Amino acid sequence: MTAPLLSVRDLRTHFHTFSGVVKAVNGVSFDIGAGQVMGLVGESGGGKSVVGFSILGLIDPPGRIEGGQILLDGQDLVGAPEEALRRVRGRQISMVFQDPMTSLNPLHTVGRQMDEMLRLHTDLDAPARKAACIEMLESVGISRAAERLGAYPHQFSGGMRQRVVIAIALLAGPRLIIADEPTTALDVTIQSQILKLMRRQIADRGASMILITHDLAVVSEMADHITVLYCGKVVERGLTRDVIGAPAHPYTRGLIDSIPDPRHRQTRLSQIPGTVPDIRNLPVGCSFRERCPRAQALCAQADPPLTAQRASLHAACHFPLTEAEAP
Amino acid sequence: MLGYTIKRLLQMVLVLWAVSVIVFLMMSFTGDPVFMVIPIDSTQAEIDQARRILGLDRSMLAQYGIFIGNLLQGDFGRSYVFGQPAMELILERLPATMEIVVLAVVIAAVVAIPLGVYAGANPGRASSRAIMSGSLLGISLPGFWVGMMLIFLFSVRWHLLPSSGRGDAVEVWGLRLSFLTVDGWRHLILPSVTLSLGTLAILLRITRAGMMEVTRQDYMKFARAKGVSRRGVLYGHGLRNALIPVVTIFGLQLGDLIAFATITETIFAWPGLGKLLIDSIYRADRPVIVVYLMLVALIFVVINFIVDIVYTLIDPRITVK
Repeated sequence: MTAPLLSVRDLRTHFHTFSGVVKAVNGVSFDIGAGQVMGLVGESGGGKSVVGFSILGLIDPPGRIEGGQILLDGQDLVGAPEEALRRVRGRQISMVFQDPMTSLNPLHTVGRQMDEMLRLHTDLDAPARKAACIEMLESVGISRAAERLGAYPHQFSGGMRQRVVIAIALLAGPRLIIADEPTTALDVTIQSQILKLMRRQIADRGASMILITHDLAVVSEMADHITVLYCGKVVERGLTRDVIGAPAHPYTRGLIDSIPDPRHRQTRLSQIPGTVPDIRNLPVGCSFRERCPRAQALCAQADPPLTAQRASLHAACHFPLTEAEAP
Repeated sequence: MLGYTIKRLLQMVLVLWAVSVIVFLMMSFTGDPVFMVIPIDSTQAEIDQARRILGLDRSMLAQYGIFIGNLLQGDFGRSYVFGQPAMELILERLPATMEIVVLAVVIAAVVAIPLGVYAGANPGRASSRAIMSGSLLGISLPGFWVGMMLIFLFSVRWHLLPSSGRGDAVEVWGLRLSFLTVDGWRHLILPSVTLSLGTLAILLRITRAGMMEVTRQDYMKFARAKGVSRRGVLYGHGLRNALIPVVTIFGLQLGDLIAFATITETIFAWPGLGKLLIDSIYRADRPVIVVYLMLVALIFVVINFIVDIVYTLIDPRITVK
């Protein structure tokens, strides 16, 4: 197997708040190869976004990367000087944020915000940059692109703004896009358009993507691999078809069961009981045990390590589900 | 835009008219100016004659009618004290005041904005806390005390800078200006610094508050994710978003300093508008006071108009109607 594009090893990002240390990311590891799409899945507060921001070195105090490695082509980004990180941001790895209404600067024209990306990361002259911006806007499905360069974000709809954000993220030809819930803030009708657009753009450019989402349905359509986070830890990972088809971890199973399935008209949608525990004060043992239907005495004593299971699956569970228990 | 300008002009006329009425009425209750201009041993006949010459024997309404009538013809009346046209007196003094005020607001903006950006972007740091404590001092220390302290240190102790007057002034297009000579600059520094402190402190705090709000916004993080430098993010993306309240306060302070630099001008014996106002009030020199206050009203209206235009330049979402 060739060396992965990005390799995250035992990443730990903690927030030192007044009420205690929040271990938002606590020992997360995964690899992404060139051209792969990885879904990073979990409930709100599971540390998904923090993983994304950690990769770009955008963790602000009181947060701090406490340990681990983030290897891009074998180069560690953890502890790299700001100067070096700035050349990675946008050029090697770029990011699409959740809310297109707020991720564009309201006072700068769309053209200026696009141009900035090219000015920072290419040697193109002004006319060439402009041509590249127009071409990019057109490729993300914005008509009359040349005119639209002079428009301000408030003159665009939410879906259009997200297209602009995607265009900006793609402009400098990054090899990895981190998309943090890119469709959550959009109308349902727009969501699938944006997802299709992203998938096509990524594939056309041979780039990789980390798709951060809580929506397993989205991930199952988009991703090659899935990594499931719970309380700052990877609880399961594997190829999408294995994870969705027959997950080994009860938490993943719970997430899958809570997707409404139009084929089975259930009277009541199943859900995972309870809520995510207070991350400042995690119980000893498995963090999921209090919500887990399979929990036994052992779960309260030892935190299960991530171990190889059936097929491509790795799961952190003492009592993993077998294939026969697949939904 | 044109409609807006016309609206603002009409509004300006209305404001000026209201100010003229208020000032004229108020002044008529504050004593008889005739006693300010006649010798102390004048006879009743001489007093009556002076009244007639000054037009003070007519009714209030008639006096106001004459005043407005003359005003519309560009005649703002003559100073009782100097016998000169009031407008001329004021315009003579205006450049002196404008010099220290402009220098003061430039000092305030140039110092306050970078410090405010720094303190807003790094709220936890000890240096930021020191800046904020300093700004509290700037707000609470009275101008007259600061002025006297500066004179004490820089003029009396160290003999570095002069303590009073304008120094050498050069006449350009009929305006006497100090800032074109080295000596003039030396005279400008202390009064301008004194005048700037309050404005500096307020602008600093407003800038900081705006930046603290702005640094939390997603577009700031998105800019960083694009690879923009920290400085570029703060000044290129952040500052402009924090600028609306800063511009508002800047405009108000500018007007305030032009109109009421009185105390500082008095301490530094700076021959500007403030000193003229004080002197005129002492002598009940009604025409000068009326013209002065109308000019102040005009300056405020004009500054507010400019501030509104600046809003639209800062934020494309704001339009004037």
